[in-house]
Amino acid sequence: MSQEVLLRVNNIDVFYGSLQVLWDVSIEMKSGEMVAIAGANGAGKSTLLKTISGLMHPAKGSIEFAGMDITRMNAYDIAAQGICQVPEGRRLFPNMTVLQNLMIGSYSQKARAKREENLARVYELFPILKERQNQLAKTLSGGQQQMVAIGRGLMSNPKVMIIDEMSLGLSPLFVSDLFRVLHEIRARGITVLLVEQNVWRTLHEADSAYVLETGRIVMSGRAQDLCEEEEVRNAYFGT
Amino acid sequence: MDTLSDLATPLTMGILYGGLYVVIALGLSLVFGVMNVINVAHGDFVTLGGYVAFVAVTSLGLDPILWLIAGIPLFFIMGIVIQRFLLYRAFKMSIDAALIIAFGISLIIQNASQLVWTPLSRSLMTPYSFKSFQIGEVYIPLVYLLDFIAAVIVMLVVHQFLKRTYLGQAITAASQDRQTAELMGINPAVVYQYAFGIAMALAAIAGVFLGLTFPFNPTSGVRFLIIAFGVIILGGLGSMVGTFIGGMFFGLSQALGGYFWGPTGQLLVPFLMVLIVLTIRPQGLFGR
Repeated sequence: MSQEVLLRVNNIDVFYGSLQVLWDVSIEMKSGEMVAIAGANGAGKSTLLKTISGLMHPAKGSIEFAGMDITRMNAYDIAAQGICQVPEGRRLFPNMTVLQNLMIGSYSQKARAKREENLARVYELFPILKERQNQLAKTLSGGQQQMVAIGRGLMSNPKVMIIDEMSLGLSPLFVSDLFRVLHEIRARGITVLLVEQNVWRTLHEADSAYVLETGRIVMSGRAQDLCEEEEVRNAYFGT
Repeated sequence: MDTLSDLATPLTMGILYGGLYVVIALGLSLVFGVMNVINVAHGDFVTLGGYVAFVAVTSLGLDPILWLIAGIPLFFIMGIVIQRFLLYRAFKMSIDAALIIAFGISLIIQNASQLVWTPLSRSLMTPYSFKSFQIGEVYIPLVYLLDFIAAVIVMLVVHQFLKRTYLGQAITAASQDRQTAELMGINPAVVYQYAFGIAMALAAIAGVFLGLTFPFNPTSGVRFLIIAFGVIILGGLGSMVGTFIGGMFFGLSQALGGYFWGPTGQLLVPFLMVLIVLTIRPQGLFGR
């Protein structure tokens, strides 16, 4: 596993209008890592993701990806560069079929060239999607929709996959299945950034983690170490 | 003749020239789908399509349908230019700004066509303008059948384009969830441009069939905009099948309204139908 830093967020401040949501946030992801950002509802996790994927832009600070400054880049260009986002609530295109949803994931030129290969890979990870490929996305169960959302992300042939609230509303058993898939995805060299309210679970799966509280990073380090940390235990695990 | 065969004429004619409304409404709904902007100039683009075809017929002696070989690409490019340099700039500020620009375009087209083509009514005259054919005891003007055929072809082509091409899928995706489409690497500005270009190409087609079917003048666009809007609401936003059925339904109620209540009933009845459908099914007949 190479240890170069793939994605670096440097001291960003982000505002919604005049309301500041993130203060001086910095994170760093090494290639091939699984990184978690944990924090309660309203801590600014989704804002951080939107800023990385270019839907929002920071007022201060910068974001670098694979040695390139992407701070002011548009979301669609960032997606084409190899950062894909699996948004909170899946956000599938409801009236398109499973296959059409997957295909739209490979919209950028680079991804189109590898479309067949990536589709085979997605069907290998989620065989049920192949059976359901001609069904409208909105007719799937929540868990299957999450599979399509992850599959759609993989279709973009990403270097980094950002997953927002993957386990929300899914049964623990199903979540375990999805984590197994995430480890497989990572084993193939894709860096994974997980954002979860489910702090305990996430810290146990990830390599390194950041804890976000009211817009600031309050703790960071190896995920395993954070699990041991008393403050984290008190705040999130209730022990 | 009994009532049934009396009714057969307006029934058939209504369904057939409903095809014209389908083509007009498709362009309007395509742009609304991706941008959430009612392009209030769409009706005027249709009459402009009619006028440009009128020039092709009167000064070049071309058949108006044949003219479309040049008219479709011409309007497509016009659409891309208008979207890129005019509408999108306003759209980036707000939807309201885009709406006002569209109103402006509408007024400019109406007044410019009055200057160039006078306020008189025009229609596209061809050797087949007054031809009709007979089914049973019913005589149907040929141009009404052409409206219907045009609608079917346009529907099939647009449907296949949206379904089979990356660009078409990008337009479909952006109309269902714009922000997520952007996360998939889709540049919304490009999607708006092509959607608008296609809508304009459809306006060129609609203009020709409008001119073949009804007389039109510089202000006819407003009426057809409102009809197209009615058709979309009737069929359900975002549903192509709905737009198709909505167009037929609108043409049908217009023909029947005219048959029973004369010219005043022609538009009264279809808009009453729109009201009734909206009351019972607010999402339209095929809306989701």
